[in-house]
Amino acid sequence: MKAGVAVFLLLSAILIAGCNGAQSALNAEGAAAVQLKHLIIAIVIVCSAVWALVMIVLILALLRSRTQRERPSSESERRMGKLVAAAVAATVLIIAGLTIASFYATRGLGAAQDAGITIKVRGQQWWWQFIYDDADPAKSFQTANEMHIPVDVDIRIELESIDVIHSFWVPSLAGKRDLIPGRQNTISIRADRPGVYRGQCAEFCGLQHSHMALFVIAENMPDYQRWAASQRGISVAPSDPEAIAGKALFMRKPCAACHTIRGTDASGTTGPDLTHVGSRKTIAAGLLDNTRGSLAAWIADPQTLKPGNNMPMVLLSSDELRQLSAYMESLR
Amino acid sequence: MTKDTKSAVPTDLMFDDDELERRLAQTWMTGAGVWGALTTVDHKIIGRRYITTAFVFLAMGGLLALAMRLQLAQPEARFIGPDRYNQIFTMHGANMMFLFAVPVMEAMAVYLVPLMVGTRNIAFPRLNAFSYWIFLAGGLLLWTSFALDTAPDVGWFAYVPLSGPQYGVGKRADLWAQMITFTEVSALAVAVELVVTVFKQRAPGMSLDRIPLFVWSMVVTAFLVIMAMPAIMLASSSLILDRLVETQFFNPAEGGDVLLWQHLFWFFGHPEVYIIFLPAVGMVSTIIATFSRRPVFGYLPLVMALIATGILAFGLWVHHMFVVGLPRLGESFFTASSMAIAIPAGVQIFCWLATLWGGQPVFKTPILFVLGFIVTFVIGGLTGVMVASVPFDTQVHDTYFVVAHFHYVLVGGAVFPLLGAIYYWFPKMTGRMMSETLGRWSFGLIFAGFNLTFFPMHILGLEGMPRRIYTYQPEMPWAGMNMFVSLSAAILALGFLVFFIDVIRSARSGPIAGDNPWGASTLEWAMPSPPPCFNFRRIPVVGDRDPLWTQPDELAVATGLRTDRRELIVSSVVEAQPEANESSPRNSIWPLWAALATTVTLIWSIFSPWAVVWGSIPIGITLTGWFWPKQTPEDES
Ligand code: HEM
Ligand SMILES: [Cu+2]
Repeated sequence: MKAGVAVFLLLSAILIAGCNGAQSALNAEGAAAVQLKHLIIAIVIVCSAVWALVMIVLILALLRSRTQRERPSSESERRMGKLVAAAVAATVLIIAGLTIASFYATRGLGAAQDAGITIKVRGQQWWWQFIYDDADPAKSFQTANEMHIPVDVDIRIELESIDVIHSFWVPSLAGKRDLIPGRQNTISIRADRPGVYRGQCAEFCGLQHSHMALFVIAENMPDYQRWAASQRGISVAPSDPEAIAGKALFMRKPCAACHTIRGTDASGTTGPDLTHVGSRKTIAAGLLDNTRGSLAAWIADPQTLKPGNNMPMVLLSSDELRQLSAYMESLR
Repeated sequence: MTKDTKSAVPTDLMFDDDELERRLAQTWMTGAGVWGALTTVDHKIIGRRYITTAFVFLAMGGLLALAMRLQLAQPEARFIGPDRYNQIFTMHGANMMFLFAVPVMEAMAVYLVPLMVGTRNIAFPRLNAFSYWIFLAGGLLLWTSFALDTAPDVGWFAYVPLSGPQYGVGKRADLWAQMITFTEVSALAVAVELVVTVFKQRAPGMSLDRIPLFVWSMVVTAFLVIMAMPAIMLASSSLILDRLVETQFFNPAEGGDVLLWQHLFWFFGHPEVYIIFLPAVGMVSTIIATFSRRPVFGYLPLVMALIATGILAFGLWVHHMFVVGLPRLGESFFTASSMAIAIPAGVQIFCWLATLWGGQPVFKTPILFVLGFIVTFVIGGLTGVMVASVPFDTQVHDTYFVVAHFHYVLVGGAVFPLLGAIYYWFPKMTGRMMSETLGRWSFGLIFAGFNLTFFPMHILGLEGMPRRIYTYQPEMPWAGMNMFVSLSAAILALGFLVFFIDVIRSARSGPIAGDNPWGASTLEWAMPSPPPCFNFRRIPVVGDRDPLWTQPDELAVATGLRTDRRELIVSSVVEAQPEANESSPRNSIWPLWAALATTVTLIWSIFSPWAVVWGSIPIGITLTGWFWPKQTPEDES
């Protein structure tokens, strides 16, 4: 048991010292997440103290009983009754305290009503669609798996799912919220600092639930506006001959049936919008870094890389692969 | 029989001990060989069978867990693909909950409760036989589908729409739904038997405030089963209707509601945890009392805590749904009620500590497991308080933090006491002791292995590792900890291996136990080990809570039961005053036939709704056979 205690203390120490993972609730960079982090640490400390107390009593009881040889008298039983009653009263107080603390924290976490920006998030098996709607349809655009936001602005996120239940979760910015078919949920996020924050689908959604990551890229307002402007634009026709051939292939092969590239005839909606795919950090919902090599590998055989995903394998020669990946890379 | 012998029906008053035992054995015995095994309605034989089967499922579920840990030890491992992995974690969860945890607790009760309340058999013994067969069939169905690579793959919670007709292709989710029906029928049947046994068959004088705590815990559990299981049967039947005959209960496009499923599921699923945990509470109280050499401190508060837990258990299912976006007020209510359940849990812990404090504990294996239980269960309870907080939960829900939490509750809170209970009652069930040395080894390995495996998962969860993922990417900072967890799981598995070896070895060649090797106080120790088929030579009369401590030499007995047929005493609910003598059913093959007919119908119904219509014919025939009144020589008089 001593070993257990030691391990517990050690691990608690690591835990409270904070783990700076890429996707950690304790690595908070947004107002909501910071508040949650404080609450988490407070509750963990209180509960650890309670556990330690119970363990001390347990150890004392075991030590004591080695020396004590008298039978329990009605007097000692009554004394014990009082102690137990006191312990129960203390439990009630602690529980009440934690409940109130949690109500307070909840109050501060509502979805922003007068948010600066609203982004629609659509969960799909197994990728994320981010829709930036604008009153002027020409200014609306969408992207996949990678969302840019300006720092220090409340962002209202509208969550919807077109297939099964998913859950939107970027721990460094806020807690999670489910995307449920037939309902609209909202959540708000806000980043205090520029940075790249990783998130991941948190509700089991089928075969590739493991590979359903997303990135929130928070940047200063001017950078954000520059990015948004570039995303609004339609795709620029490629100039490199290999990419030009790739574009023709894209339109001829089944690719265009599922993907949209604004400014071309491709207007499929089953897969992610690829208008600016070349500007994204990763492909396949965080599975691979976005390089020409990985684009080619993905197109050549999506089913081995991410078994069960909804993009079929299209038979292509190695020349065709090279052309397609050049085209994809050119879409910036 | 002739008229003049009528007044002289043979009763237990008329014979000396040896002759009485011979006659009772003849009346109550189980037939020889395979036929005897298939027809028996003896609660001890069925209970042992039930316990053994559940432990086999525990071992198989454990192997699945090891497979998952092998896959997760390294990032992007290719050992198990996503399809198999999803089947494996679904199987693990469903198997552990429906085929191990709930059945094993009910099975312990099937064995122990009639002995502890001082009767000769459980109420409705044929139903008891039936419930075992149907449980076995449900387990075989699930494991056969796994062997055929068509096991359910939508999680043990089977959320729609993933498990619905559109996304859950094939027969996998249907298999899940029918397996639920099997195990629920079985669990419900046992629950009803237990309630009736406890309320109507207690030994004379065992008034409500003298019922052993384990029996109390099983009564509360049985009521939970009776109230919670219908919700899941409703849910799984609606699901299978959606899938097979195109109803639209859960399809939002047609006016159904996705969240309806979650409400129904967790209205059952949360009490389910207490269905597993409350029997363990009873075991802990029993073991602590025996090894502290004193009555448990706070009998009444403990009973109240059991009942309070049982009631509160129905008021907190929504804490599984804190991230689906329910109204704030509702969430607050469920936070408060989830937190409140910590209070009866606290009462129990404090009463046990007080018992240890005021007793003179003897440190044998059973109590080691109970001490391990206190250490781990308190952690599980406290992390439960954490996830009951809505804001806290929005960060840890569906992460490994929750996996850690509920394993602390389920393994720490229920499996540790259960293992202690096996060490404790094994001598009664088999007549032989288990090894104290191996017991200490298995406890040490399981306790250390368990904490090393599951404690780090709290941290993995806070570091953002979601659950139900078959792999993760190398750039995530989880690899080291996952490798550590997987290695620790091997220690845990080794501990279980030692336990199983001890069980098998001791059953064959352990030292002979004697009637009451631990010096315990409850009635099951008032007879030879293993108990004879008729349990008690003469039915004991109970005058207090610890009859074997207060009347160590010879229990007072009630007499007047016939020896030539299966008679037992029916007593009043509150005071346990004898009211009547009633006969208990004899061995019969019909429960097995009925179970087979039900099995065929349920499996067939996965493929055609007409099965329900045609299947009712063989079920009707077997039930008629089951209940056909038969004149037997003993019944004539
Ligand atoms: C023997 C040691 C055990 C190990 C190493 C173990 C390990 C695991 C692992 C790795 C998961 C998957 C987590 C995920 O992907 O989300 C899991 C899930 C689960 N385990 Fe265990 N487990 C053990 C024993 C038990 C026991 C005894 C029970 C019940 C009494 C249990 C009940 C569950 C349940 C209900 C799930 C959830 C399945 C789901 O997400 O659908 N486990 N376990
Ligand atoms: Cu998802």
